[in-house]
Amino acid sequence: MSSIPSPIVEEPVETTGHDSRIRLVLRRFLRRRLAIAGLVIVLLLFAFAYVGPHFYKWRYDQIDFEAFLQHPSATHWFGTTQNGFDMLALTMRGMQKSLIIGLIGAVLSTGIAAIAGATAGYFSGWTDRAIVALIDLILVLPGFLIIAILSPVFHGRTWLIFVVLLAAFQWMITARVIRSMTLSMKEREFVYAARFMGVPHWKIIFRHILPNMSSFLIIDATINVSSLILAEVGLSFFGFGVQPPDISLGTLIGDHWESAQTANGYQFYFPAILLVMLVLSVNLVGDGLRDALDPNAGSATGKGAASR
Amino acid sequence: MSSYNSGLGIFLLRRVVYLAVVVLIATSANYFLAATALNPRSNFEGRNPPPPPAVVDAQLSSLNLNDKTPVVERFGRWADGVWHGNLGLTIDHESVNVEMRRRVGVSLRLLLIGSLLGSFCGIAAGAWSAVNQYEFSDHTMTILSFVILSVPTVVLAVFLANAGSSFNDAIGYRLVYNTGEYTPGLQAWTSADIINRLQHLVLPSLVLILQGLAFYSRYQRNSMLDAVGSDFVRTAQAKGLRRPQALVRHALRTALIPMGTFFAYEFTLIFIGSIFVEKIFSWHGMGEWFVQSIQKNDVNATAAIGMFVAVLVLLAGFLSDVVTVILDPRIRRG
Repeated sequence: MSSIPSPIVEEPVETTGHDSRIRLVLRRFLRRRLAIAGLVIVLLLFAFAYVGPHFYKWRYDQIDFEAFLQHPSATHWFGTTQNGFDMLALTMRGMQKSLIIGLIGAVLSTGIAAIAGATAGYFSGWTDRAIVALIDLILVLPGFLIIAILSPVFHGRTWLIFVVLLAAFQWMITARVIRSMTLSMKEREFVYAARFMGVPHWKIIFRHILPNMSSFLIIDATINVSSLILAEVGLSFFGFGVQPPDISLGTLIGDHWESAQTANGYQFYFPAILLVMLVLSVNLVGDGLRDALDPNAGSATGKGAASR
Repeated sequence: MSSYNSGLGIFLLRRVVYLAVVVLIATSANYFLAATALNPRSNFEGRNPPPPPAVVDAQLSSLNLNDKTPVVERFGRWADGVWHGNLGLTIDHESVNVEMRRRVGVSLRLLLIGSLLGSFCGIAAGAWSAVNQYEFSDHTMTILSFVILSVPTVVLAVFLANAGSSFNDAIGYRLVYNTGEYTPGLQAWTSADIINRLQHLVLPSLVLILQGLAFYSRYQRNSMLDAVGSDFVRTAQAKGLRRPQALVRHALRTALIPMGTFFAYEFTLIFIGSIFVEKIFSWHGMGEWFVQSIQKNDVNATAAIGMFVAVLVLLAGFLSDVVTVILDPRIRRG
């Protein structure tokens, strides 16, 4: 490995260029008030889920035998369930799981997309055709259906299997985009240079092609967080996702949605509203990032640097 | 002229063959997954007194569900049946075909109006936003769709179901219903029956319309923005077309082309959305059946639903190809 001269062309330029780019991106991001608000809410919700339980007197698995189905009060801020569990403690616990599933799943899914897409685009030929066919096939099989069908397999096992499955049905469209970006990038001089110097293919993909798409990858991963949280909620709602001893926002909503039309609607509305806040603010952050990293893409909110 | 048409025919034929192969593979994969992941034998486990193993085996074998038969053999029997138009028996020994026909009708009645109106409103709103870019209506639309896309279907459906009953309370009359497809006991196809069905349809359709509006308007806005600023619209106006005419005939038509692909995949999303809508509003359609089949370890029903969805995607994909060909003259030449 050491005998291969690694391309050092970018080294000196990169550090300063990188620095100023980070500053530029940061400045663009900070200009977006909605994105900042989103980021603050995401961080607050993180603190709520992970730090909150330490400052609250009820634990999520603790039953208050003096308070069954009690409305929100000073002792139980979000009220209690039929079995005397504290709703706020349950919501914090559920949000922990939803957050971690969203984060792990998003990184996994963007990672799969990056590797599959770049491999397909870089090698072309049969590798390309096989990966494209696989993408088409998975797009026809709705992930929701397949994960639901497979749910008996991960009953009683770790929820990590569920996360991997969620990611396995999330990467396809991104991979297509990365594939076409790779197709144009592999004709660029720096890739040719690396190839003629004898740098192995996988190293070209990881060192030269993927880093050049980092903006796109970061944006994609952020947006995936919210889509994965939504997918988790949908599947867990029917009992096809997170399984009983574990709690997520999806299982909470699935357990309590029927109370929404009764006087005990708080059991549904507290987790549901926090969930919507979470997804909305993650989307705002993703949108702001898109605007900051890639001003030409055109974001949903805000005018951005609209080119037209 | 004839070569022009045959080129088009070959293009569409190739697409059909390709989509058919994809559906075939998807359906088979779906059967194998269902047959291996679901465990019909466990349905007999909790019974008291426990049925003798031979009886269980005979029961499962008669349904082609016996896990002691190799899965390839079971698949062979199932595929042979499907080829002859027989989708097998449900776990309750009823015909999958009959159940499916009934439920497809329910789902179609639920989804058709909502999804069509949703995509129509979305396209109209997106085009309107693009033409009036950065005006108040554009910002409102953008924020609205951004918020709707952040709300899970379950939450949106439950919220609208509640809003519906509050609305009824407020006007003191039951105008909209949030459970079921119709009130039992009404004579079919009388005006009272049709009005009653519409009253049941309003709220679930609203869920689909709001989501369609949010989903399509964002894409349509982007694609319309490209078209509005392009030279051919200016040329059309220079040649004497009034602006609205130029926008509808030239800009909108072009802007609809990239939307074609979305329709195809949106179909699966609509089906998945219907699973939630049917659950919350208690409609007994395909979505509800899917959830029940998995919970009952009903392999044949699950496989049939998977095939149904795959065929839906095929039809939608083919339809979007046809629409693209109609809208885009370049493909007809190529």
